[in-house]
Amino acid sequence: MIDTFTNTVLFVMLVLTALAIVRMERLFAVVMLSSVFSLLSALLFVTLDAVDVAFTEAAVGAGISTVLMLGTIALTKPEAKRPRHTAFVPLIVVCVTGAALVYGTLDMPAFGSPDAPAQTHVGPDYLSRTPIDIDVPNAVTAILGSYRGFDTLGETAVVFTAGIGVLLLLSGLRRRREDEDEEI
Amino acid sequence: MGKFFELQFLTGHIHYLLFIVLMMTGLFIVVDKTNLVKKIIGLNIFQVSVFMFYVSIGKVTDGTAPIFPMDSNYHVDQAAMQTILYSNPLPHVLILTAIVVGIATTSLGLALIVRIRESFNTIDEEDILQIEQKMTRDDNQKYKYLLRDML
Amino acid sequence: MIFHHLILRVVTKLLVGTIILFALYVQFHGDFSPGGGFQAGVIMAVAFILYGIVFSLEAAKKVFPEWLVHKLSALGVLIYAGTGIVTMILGYDFLDYDAFSPLHPTHGQHWGLLIIEFGVGVTVTGVMVAIYYAFAGRPPCISDEEW
Repeated sequence: MIDTFTNTVLFVMLVLTALAIVRMERLFAVVMLSSVFSLLSALLFVTLDAVDVAFTEAAVGAGISTVLMLGTIALTKPEAKRPRHTAFVPLIVVCVTGAALVYGTLDMPAFGSPDAPAQTHVGPDYLSRTPIDIDVPNAVTAILGSYRGFDTLGETAVVFTAGIGVLLLLSGLRRRREDEDEEI
Repeated sequence: MGKFFELQFLTGHIHYLLFIVLMMTGLFIVVDKTNLVKKIIGLNIFQVSVFMFYVSIGKVTDGTAPIFPMDSNYHVDQAAMQTILYSNPLPHVLILTAIVVGIATTSLGLALIVRIRESFNTIDEEDILQIEQKMTRDDNQKYKYLLRDML
Repeated sequence: MIFHHLILRVVTKLLVGTIILFALYVQFHGDFSPGGGFQAGVIMAVAFILYGIVFSLEAAKKVFPEWLVHKLSALGVLIYAGTGIVTMILGYDFLDYDAFSPLHPTHGQHWGLLIIEFGVGVTVTGVMVAIYYAFAGRPPCISDEEW
């Protein structure tokens, strides 16, 4: 019961932050609020027992992404314009999508139930085999690196590729080629 | 539909409802706002609420974080481990990598925004659309004779 | 040389070393407590980004040159994939860390996890610092007062 209460309080704060992001036009404030949003969601991940995820969210969401968004604002404009169209059509789209999703959750197992399908197949298997196969205390690291090593290799490659993409878009590679052309 | 109003059902599913409220706030920002940086932030909110939803599937009531106790030889203490209830670690693994990939793709989007500002001198979607329409009109005006010859 | 933000500069000098130490702890203690390559890479990158923000981009590039950053982000993926190749050469499956210590498979797993987490950490550090350099390297188009 206390869990539900904590989660609900955190949720109210998250939703209030998100609504403030909707209302604000000053992009600096919006970016700071999104940083607050990340920290609050990290707290929620702790209450959901996902300490590794909370750690990552706090480091990535509140740290790096805030810096990058501030960098983007410095390179663009500090103020967002109010949209000229009315919010009527987007509201309808959002309400319809939300209603469809709520309808989808009606068949889901209750939150935290130990006999949900997710808890009865692979999950317990990983938990019982990790001490014998890998013998490290942190089950998340064991699954990340060993049982699902291919997956993590792919994710590392994606991070690398995204980094190359940003470098191609933003760094002075094009300028360097123009210089070479002049020399020829 | 009647079970929807029972208290037990509601306490079991209130979390999903709250995730969806958060998700739809993110979707609203993406659909309604025209500033591209705000769109990216809305996308982030949407992404984080999907992460919460996914992690919540692995949560077990009265469970704890999946980190096992150790004995004095720095091995996992399997006897002590059996007595503790753990949450499912699999969603944590998937979401952990998804967060880092998410920031990498977000930075790619931000880099695109910087380049868009350099080409159009604005990061507002409606302004960009107007500029592009004007460019098309000018092109049509300029190459009107070509179109006439073709027809 | 600018002399404003004296407190920030002093505190940053104290913090940068601590942050790097914490990143190394998270990296190599990831098997035992929350943490691992992804988090450690981000924290390590934050140390250099903080240095670059408070001092200048040029100072950060002197400490961590751009060519090294680019090489590191590729090196991490190579370490990870290379581990898989090595296990294949030793006669096991791709990324089957039992190959490192056939008599004690759990020891082999420990070595394997340590190596691939290091690879992940190196790539994430490299990519995050490279992205920061790319953003900070362009001339800003709004002045300090406009914030």
